[in-house]
Amino acid sequence: MEFRQDKPIYEQIAEYVCEKVLNGEHKPEDKIPSVREFGMQLAVNPNTVMRAYEHLERNGIIYSKRGIGFLISPDSRQRAMDLMREEFLQAVPAFLNRMKLLGLRFEELQQAFDKQPGGLDPAKP
Amino acid sequence: MIEIKNLSFRYGKHQTVFEQLNMEMKAGYIYGLLGENGVGKTTLLRLLAGLRIPAEGSIRILGQEPRLRTASLLSEIYYLPEVIDPAALSLNEYVKLYAPFYPHFNHEQLAHYVSEFGLNPTKKISQSSHGQQKKAMMSFALACNTKLLLLDEPTNGMDIPSKGIFRRLIAQAASDDKCFVISTHQVRDLENLIDPIVILEHNQVLLNNSIEDISRKLWFGIRPQKSDKDLYRENAIGGYAVVGFNESGEETRVNIEMLFNAAIQNKDLFKRMFINGEDLEPKRSFADEMAQRIKGDAGLDEKPRTNDNQPDE
Repeated sequence: MEFRQDKPIYEQIAEYVCEKVLNGEHKPEDKIPSVREFGMQLAVNPNTVMRAYEHLERNGIIYSKRGIGFLISPDSRQRAMDLMREEFLQAVPAFLNRMKLLGLRFEELQQAFDKQPGGLDPAKP
Repeated sequence: MIEIKNLSFRYGKHQTVFEQLNMEMKAGYIYGLLGENGVGKTTLLRLLAGLRIPAEGSIRILGQEPRLRTASLLSEIYYLPEVIDPAALSLNEYVKLYAPFYPHFNHEQLAHYVSEFGLNPTKKISQSSHGQQKKAMMSFALACNTKLLLLDEPTNGMDIPSKGIFRRLIAQAASDDKCFVISTHQVRDLENLIDPIVILEHNQVLLNNSIEDISRKLWFGIRPQKSDKDLYRENAIGGYAVVGFNESGEETRVNIEMLFNAAIQNKDLFKRMFINGEDLEPKRSFADEMAQRIKGDAGLDEKPRTNDNQPDE
């Protein structure tokens, strides 16, 4: 698995799970891979995966069931949306700085956005 | 798992490798042992394996001293050297001969590793390529299921796909009751796998901390401007790639190469911050802040040595 340089690995693993919740690949009550299994799949230290799961659990996206492992929470979709929106908005100042540096105006951003297939409609699972 | 107390070791009379070295390593972790050439990474692994005897001080592994080479301890340690002396045996023959020394040896796991690496277990190890030899011995080492596994530069000689397989197998084999110590110069081969990081320097340890600890104390990223507070920086697109103090508390991804360079350029500071646990983050009081502003200079007295002349990568 390729990771970006801009944030800790555990956060990127948590984000990866959130994306799967948002695109409907993970549904409520689905079991997610065990820490060791996921560590092997991603070639990442199992302790890092554990930290990602703890982060997801704290944010109500997954929960642990004794003897079974980690499951996707019933309201995971909303929780994942909240978490990822918060993180997305944190990146806005840097994005705006870059726009400023490049002399880009909002209208140009709007034009680029309008060219996107599907426009502004939020993704449906 | 491992307790090293006041360890001294020399080759001959004058070549001191360790002087009063203290370190602890725990079960459940994959330690990455880093250090410049010649600081004694291999010597340390060999001391842990009981292949070298400390001049002074002690090493205890699972409560026992490896220098005594008891069968009960040696059956719980596997040391895979960087350069292997290949047996004129096939892997199957090798296993028949040596697996009985390791009470937790698992033949099913071995078969799994052999198939993952695509090895031929009936071919003589000595007649295989360097990479194949390494993979054969790695498979054996992992199948031994020892409490302590010492790997010296394990990815040297491995091709690109094998390195990926190696990472996955290590992540899979790690468990709460085992301790892996992997020495390496190829930090990119082992990125996301080694945690905690140990940085060894002549006679001393500069750092023995988890990635979480490191990212709570240090900040890694790109900044448009230089600062006197930078511990290490390189030119980068968008300004400078910097290792600095983590002042915001927000964690960033630890770049192990940058961390290493920062450590060897700020040895005392790293020792104080990580080994002695001093809080060195420059939190300036309001009065200091005003004084600095009046004086018109900012930052610490100590100027970091940097690599500004280095070309962009």
